Amino acid sequence: MFRYILQRGALALAVALVVSFATFMLLNFASDPASAIAGEDATQEVVERIRQAYGFDRPVLVRYFEWLGGVAQGNFGESYYWNKAVGQLVLERAPVTITLALSALFVTIVIAIPLGAMAALNPNSWADRFALTFAVSAQAMPNFWLGLLLIILFGVMVPILPISGDSTWQHFVLPAFVLGSSSVPAVMRLTRTGLIEVMESDYIRTARSKGYRGLSLLTRHAMRNALLPVVSVLAVQLGQKFGGSVITESVFAINGLGRLALQSILGSDIPTVQMLIFIFAITFVLMNLLADLLNAALDPRIRIG
Amino acid sequence: MSVETDPQLLPEDVLAPSPRSQLLHRALSHKGLLIGGFIVGTLILVALFAPLLAPHDPYAQSLAKRLLPPAWEAGGTWDHILGTDQVGRDYLSRLIYGTQVSLIIGFGAASVGLVIGVTLGVCAGYFGGWIDTVVSFVLTAQLALPGLLLAMALVFIIGPSVWVVIGIIGVLHWTYYLVVTRSATQRLKSQDFVAAANAMGASRWQVLRSEILPNVSSQIIVIFTFELGIAILAESSLSFLGVGIQPPIPSWGLMIAEGKQALFFRPSLVLFPGLMLFLLVIGANLLGDGLRDVTSPQGRN
Repeated sequence: MFRYILQRGALALAVALVVSFATFMLLNFASDPASAIAGEDATQEVVERIRQAYGFDRPVLVRYFEWLGGVAQGNFGESYYWNKAVGQLVLERAPVTITLALSALFVTIVIAIPLGAMAALNPNSWADRFALTFAVSAQAMPNFWLGLLLIILFGVMVPILPISGDSTWQHFVLPAFVLGSSSVPAVMRLTRTGLIEVMESDYIRTARSKGYRGLSLLTRHAMRNALLPVVSVLAVQLGQKFGGSVITESVFAINGLGRLALQSILGSDIPTVQMLIFIFAITFVLMNLLADLLNAALDPRIRIG
Repeated sequence: MSVETDPQLLPEDVLAPSPRSQLLHRALSHKGLLIGGFIVGTLILVALFAPLLAPHDPYAQSLAKRLLPPAWEAGGTWDHILGTDQVGRDYLSRLIYGTQVSLIIGFGAASVGLVIGVTLGVCAGYFGGWIDTVVSFVLTAQLALPGLLLAMALVFIIGPSVWVVIGIIGVLHWTYYLVVTRSATQRLKSQDFVAAANAMGASRWQVLRSEILPNVSSQIIVIFTFELGIAILAESSLSFLGVGIQPPIPSWGLMIAEGKQALFFRPSLVLFPGLMLFLLVIGANLLGDGLRDVTSPQGRN
């Protein structure tokens, strides 16, 4: 098990390094930070002076290792747009996004797992059909559009929930629903196929012959095994929620990392954008690592085989 | 269970329908495939014949006719069936031309992704060894990147245009092609007909082109159909956030962003383009599901 953790950890670290290098190169080749700071009307001379003052005239590789060294010491650079340390900006905005991502995951679990179980217990019934239709529709639904539909619904027709901002827990209900719903189809399908497979297995037949029926058969025997793969997919989905927060936070005016990302892009604030992409990638890598380790802990075939 | 492996049918081999007609039969009795095909087919026709179908010029502004409601609401006129937007452009015409934008970007980006993903997948699967290791690592790294955020940043920095949006979305959406073609190629590599081609002295390139690729093409088409929907949604998200297609081009995502300004006053401006997006993407997904069922009947569920 220790060896397995070490292997996975090394891979995660390598991926994080490659991703940070790739984004640094892409963003720095594609943009000119000096003219972004100088503004649109600046003369060539001013841009040149800024380039030298900030050190943008040095080779991009040197600047990458400087950045990486800074990150290793907890210094994430300065934001040109907000005139603040990037680390401080991120710390201010992160709690809101973490709250949003976790509540979205909660929404996914509460909708997807019962729906998948319902479909699996009665394959090809109306319940199964309903669940599949729901999955196909949810997959085709543009996230931002769903958000706006809910804003129309709760802003005008049934004004019982706040539709914009992040000051109370009620403010998170609609955004969490929007962000969570995008993971429902994948988790629902996985629960369904997993449970169908388990229900046909020998040990469930044995349990049935011993007199287990209905909910106790489901919760005490079937669900435990069917949910093994679901647990790791949920970890991966949680990792994706951070990247997905960009749209949801913009629609509902939530001041988290996603909105910060959009604002920084529109303000050509490369250090902040770079850092946010890095943080989202790291979160995803860590969640994947967590999923692998959870899988290995729950299923001995993986860590031994 | 596929028909050709059913032992009961073997004595009637002579009378058995050809694989092609079997495929056609399966396709015509698959409800989802037919609905999806109908939706996508109709919208492709709408895009092709947009100049004939649109009642007005989608770019023509009219200050006198701003924010007209749809014809069936009070104050609407049948001259502008779905009303007009904030600068008086006919909404139905913009929706019709928006079909072109979504389909061009969808097909373009899905093709860019296809070229990257299939090339990497076939090479990794066929050559194996260190090439496979490198490609797998690139795949892991690509999956870790926050795609939407990177796409937003790159499109904004490079400068938003239809071609840039196609290129960036395509470059960020190839993992699905890679995973499927890689495992399919690994499976095909050990088949007898590939060994026969090798024995007859075919070069690696010839084997890849005429033995491997034709046998993964149906899977590639299925993925292409799904990626079409994914790319269309990605474009609409970028345009909605203001870092994709720029005004005055009638992109549905951009139209939703513009309509958002009058969300409570004229919700139809947000409803209609969203419905179009939903319809097109659901059509593409149904078509993809159907094609997968029909081309690999044993792979259902």
